[in-house]
Amino acid sequence: MPKDTLPSALLDIRNLKIGATAYPPGEAPKEVTLVHGVSLTVEKGKVLGLIGESGAGKSTIGLSSMAYGRGGVRITGGEVFVNGRDILQSGPGGLRALRGKEVTYVAQSAAAAFNPAKPLMEQVIETTLATGMARAEAEARAVDLFRQLGLPNPETIGKRFPHQVSGGQLQRVMTAMALCPKPDLVVFDEPTTALDVTTQIEVLAAIKRAIRETGVAALYITHDLAVVAQVADHIMVLRHGRMVEYGTCAQIIETPRQDYTRALVSVRSIDHAEKPAGSAPVLSVQNISARYKGTNFDVLKNVQVDLPAGQTLAVVGESGSGKSTLARVITGLLPATQGRITFNGRTLSPDLAGRTRDDLRELQMIYQMADVAMNPRQTVETIIGRPLEFYFGLRGAAKRQRVQDLLDQIEMGRGYADRYPAELSGGQKQRVCIARALAAQPKLIICDEVTSALDPLVADGILKLLLNLQAEAGVAYLFITHDLATVRAIADRIAVMYKGEVRRYGTKSDVLSPPYDDYTDLLLSSVPEMRLGWLEEVLAHRRMVGAGN
Amino acid sequence: MRRYPLAALLGLTFTCAYFGAALLAPLIAPYGMAEVVGDSWEPSSAQFWLGTDSIGRDLLSRMIWGGRTTIFVAACATLLSFGLGSTLGFFAAVKGGWVDQALSRMVDLMMSIPSLISALVVLSVMPVTLPVLILVMGILDSTRVFRLARAVAVDVAVMDYVEAARLRGEKQGWIIFREILPNALSPLVAEMGLRFIFAVLFISTLSFLGLGVQPPLADWGGIVKENKEGIVYGIPAALIPAFAIATLAISVNLVADWVLNRTSSLKGGRGA
Repeated sequence: MPKDTLPSALLDIRNLKIGATAYPPGEAPKEVTLVHGVSLTVEKGKVLGLIGESGAGKSTIGLSSMAYGRGGVRITGGEVFVNGRDILQSGPGGLRALRGKEVTYVAQSAAAAFNPAKPLMEQVIETTLATGMARAEAEARAVDLFRQLGLPNPETIGKRFPHQVSGGQLQRVMTAMALCPKPDLVVFDEPTTALDVTTQIEVLAAIKRAIRETGVAALYITHDLAVVAQVADHIMVLRHGRMVEYGTCAQIIETPRQDYTRALVSVRSIDHAEKPAGSAPVLSVQNISARYKGTNFDVLKNVQVDLPAGQTLAVVGESGSGKSTLARVITGLLPATQGRITFNGRTLSPDLAGRTRDDLRELQMIYQMADVAMNPRQTVETIIGRPLEFYFGLRGAAKRQRVQDLLDQIEMGRGYADRYPAELSGGQKQRVCIARALAAQPKLIICDEVTSALDPLVADGILKLLLNLQAEAGVAYLFITHDLATVRAIADRIAVMYKGEVRRYGTKSDVLSPPYDDYTDLLLSSVPEMRLGWLEEVLAHRRMVGAGN
Repeated sequence: MRRYPLAALLGLTFTCAYFGAALLAPLIAPYGMAEVVGDSWEPSSAQFWLGTDSIGRDLLSRMIWGGRTTIFVAACATLLSFGLGSTLGFFAAVKGGWVDQALSRMVDLMMSIPSLISALVVLSVMPVTLPVLILVMGILDSTRVFRLARAVAVDVAVMDYVEAARLRGEKQGWIIFREILPNALSPLVAEMGLRFIFAVLFISTLSFLGLGVQPPLADWGGIVKENKEGIVYGIPAALIPAFAIATLAISVNLVADWVLNRTSSLKGGRGA
């Protein structure tokens, strides 16, 4: 588009540059550029998906459509036209008329975005009232939107407080809040990322329906290409603040032109053949029940699973299904109230204090958030070296050499031993945690959602590393995850958990092939697939099944 | 050379001056601590820079010797309260359960009595010597350090890296001193500056009431007490120790602020 034409699109961002001041410790503050001249347009009633890994600048660009920079971020160049007006030039009054009226925003974490002390309706219509609509009319519109978004009891749900509805419902209420003032453009910032797959699909369907029925335009920001493929008309792929590729949804998914886009499309396609179930179990969980202190409710009910040596058992389920509790019971942090765990042929003491040093050494754990799993005040060498010192008595040069071997093993190489965790990227942090676990020469590593906090490509790298290490060292993994694509990539056996029970357990091929029980079916069919029209197919299928009953 | 912020520079200068004077008192004090060298309440002159006190001792010398006592007692009491309070606080946080309950409730009990009153009660039945003073002040103050240390440590103790250390089979000592302490240090250091100042005020108050440092030993609170009658006649001798206490308080806090800023970086305190 030539530069001098008047913008006809609803949102027209031209050559946007965004910067911020970084304060690296120990150095002088410096200017960094976050977005390097990105241009995009959104037509009335269309949805543009912005996709990229963390640090790509997608949220920053999304917020710039409201002329807002979060946390010290400044728009340093370019133009942003909304309805033909350059909003970067309009003063505070112009922005007041824009934000919450012409452009609205849906945040990632609804739980953190609502005021816990006010009922939902008050918050949903707050901006709408500020635009001059009468209260009765605004409330009627909100109830209407609640209905469109498929919320239960649309007439009365507004009287509830945020903690009285579920996470998925809260996200839909926030969508209603954004749609209530009849905006022209809504910015969705990772609206389903924090939700379970089975909830995500409902919210996604509700958002898509609401966008279609209200005819609003949208910027849909996410890191999950499979999700954005279900709602967007066009997709823009971003990386390091630059545009990588732009095209229609179908073109990006089916014929990506750039290598980076191709990598994003083919993510999670690790081919992992299931190992034969020959070897003796390294871990055997027998009839375990557990409850937290001071409650009278079993979070685990008669759980029974086996894990053969050198294989991977994936434990799948949504939040609250008890999968992390199972890990706590196996590690001894939460003693079981009933049942027995045998590990390596020995019966494990239920609580940590009663376990031998070999029990502790051979059973290691890797956490979801690598940031908080490493002491921020210890160097990489101390972090990896401590198990070497503690279990094997290594000191001095021998320890340093072994740390470097381990760093080589996790494909990090030289120059990291003296760094602090804050000086590593997310993927590197997780690798160091893996090295710390490996240092103990374990028989079993419990991996608690180890890839959930990582970008898809980085997560792929971690999964491949884990598979290689398994082939080399013969270590078994108990892999806790809510992500079925990860399960397909890595598991030999699968246990599907729901409300503290194992609903389905067996080899990967058995668990992932029909006939399914109801819950496994729901879980499997909710995982977004990287193709157009997947959402409609699933919903149509569910309606048919529902009508058939 | 790294640039020091102005506030920190100011604080460092004054703090160093006071501590230096305290350490070097025998060398720099012009007269002896209890030496009567002039008339009472002589104005400042070339011979007596700050004048003389109620019975004719050189006030500058009294201030320097008094600073030595005040700072020594306050520093020892602070170290004692931190050693005791933070160790017990960390221990309570890591152990949890009945250990935590017992320690915390005991501290609540001690804190429910105003510390000045409990100090007065204890000191009125005990011989008032420097070790007793330090012990009483240190133990009373350690309750506040305990609270802070426990609160900070409870936050740190739930981190995954502490859990990882537990799973490794580490002993309490490693968990407290290697995993928790480095991450709880910044608020404790800041608190240390503040507590030191409270200790200075506390010992001065006790001395003013006559239950602290005993004459003829000089200390700042005692100097205020000895010269307070002079205020009525427009003699500023009692205000000089007050001024010293105030400037020491401010400068130590400026230093504590700066230390806190330096150590709260996540790079292990390596940065500025």
